[in-house]
Amino acid sequence: MNAPLAPAPQRFWNPYLAGVGLGLTLLLSFVTLGTGLGASGAIARGAAQATHVVAPQAVESNGYLGAWFEGGPALRHYLVFMAGGVLVGGFLSARAARRARFQVERGPTASVRHRLVLALVGGVLVGFASRMAGGCTSGQSLTGGALLLDGSWAFTMAVFAGGFGAAWFVRKEWN
Amino acid sequence: MSASALPLATLFAEGRLDTTAAFVLAGVLGLAFGFWLERAGFSSSRRLTGVFYGRDFAVIQVMFSAIVTALLGLRGLVTLGLVDAATVYQMETFLGPQVVGGLIFGVGFVMGGWCPGTALVGLASGKGDALVFLGGAALGSLAYAFAWPSLASFSTAGACGVCTLPERFDLSPGVTTLLVVAVALAAFVVVEVLAARRARAQA
Repeated sequence: MNAPLAPAPQRFWNPYLAGVGLGLTLLLSFVTLGTGLGASGAIARGAAQATHVVAPQAVESNGYLGAWFEGGPALRHYLVFMAGGVLVGGFLSARAARRARFQVERGPTASVRHRLVLALVGGVLVGFASRMAGGCTSGQSLTGGALLLDGSWAFTMAVFAGGFGAAWFVRKEWN
Repeated sequence: MSASALPLATLFAEGRLDTTAAFVLAGVLGLAFGFWLERAGFSSSRRLTGVFYGRDFAVIQVMFSAIVTALLGLRGLVTLGLVDAATVYQMETFLGPQVVGGLIFGVGFVMGGWCPGTALVGLASGKGDALVFLGGAALGSLAYAFAWPSLASFSTAGACGVCTLPERFDLSPGVTTLLVVAVALAAFVVVEVLAARRARAQA
């Protein structure tokens, strides 16, 4: 792990520049695919596909998941390929900036266990909430936000309200 | 309005989202999506949650710049007649589950430190907490699916069809766009002032 001669990680790019880059990617998605960006759908489809391996009947007869298997495997969906691209694009960018390394990121006084338990619980809530809302910060906030959809703006405001409301209770994890 | 006369016909409008062409295109768009998220510093959960403690405002800066860029770009292309707005898929509004889901999502975001897209980028840059978060998100998705019989009725609460801010507030799309840009610029000024104040306090 200790490489004294290794160059330091690069700084992140200017957030406004990164935002414009992200916005142009979203615009390109609008005019070519005809849909915006998304991330939570691929995770849910991955979970459904994995469950299908052990309990195909339970998944196919499920009122919410069943439709995902009607035209073949649930993973045969453009959002799954998009998520694959996100993984590769994120890795290449992190690698080029010398930011790719194994770690559990947390506040200076938080233990690894504390951080991982909250990551798991937070993940469960986010996974559940994304299905309820029909998307996440990608599919609702960015995509629906740029399309001026009122439900997406309501979702985004609720996300900030929930985050600010809960921040005090988990401050030891981060600060 | 006929889609065939337009230079840009989307795969969605042609009913081809389930074709190999769409999968390849989605993969390429995903590459760019992941690249920009990582460049923005969204492979760091501390940076993402920093907004909730007034420590880092990149979430607001990146998100609003992206929304404004795509919004102005799409409106410009539609105005020039290069894109038919009807060829872009728009989600229907279900205000009940979107507001309640948003609140739960926000709590999970500050607890877990990630949202789904950034967790993928976090995993790609080696964050173990992102992997655990994604495992949790998979479980949470399944929990929703298997609780579906009791959630189905709430899933359509506040249904409005495709509902937009201009319709909701009885404004023209142009005025609404200008208002969104104005709100974004105001938000940028506020976070720059807050960040400068914080830098002075630490100096």
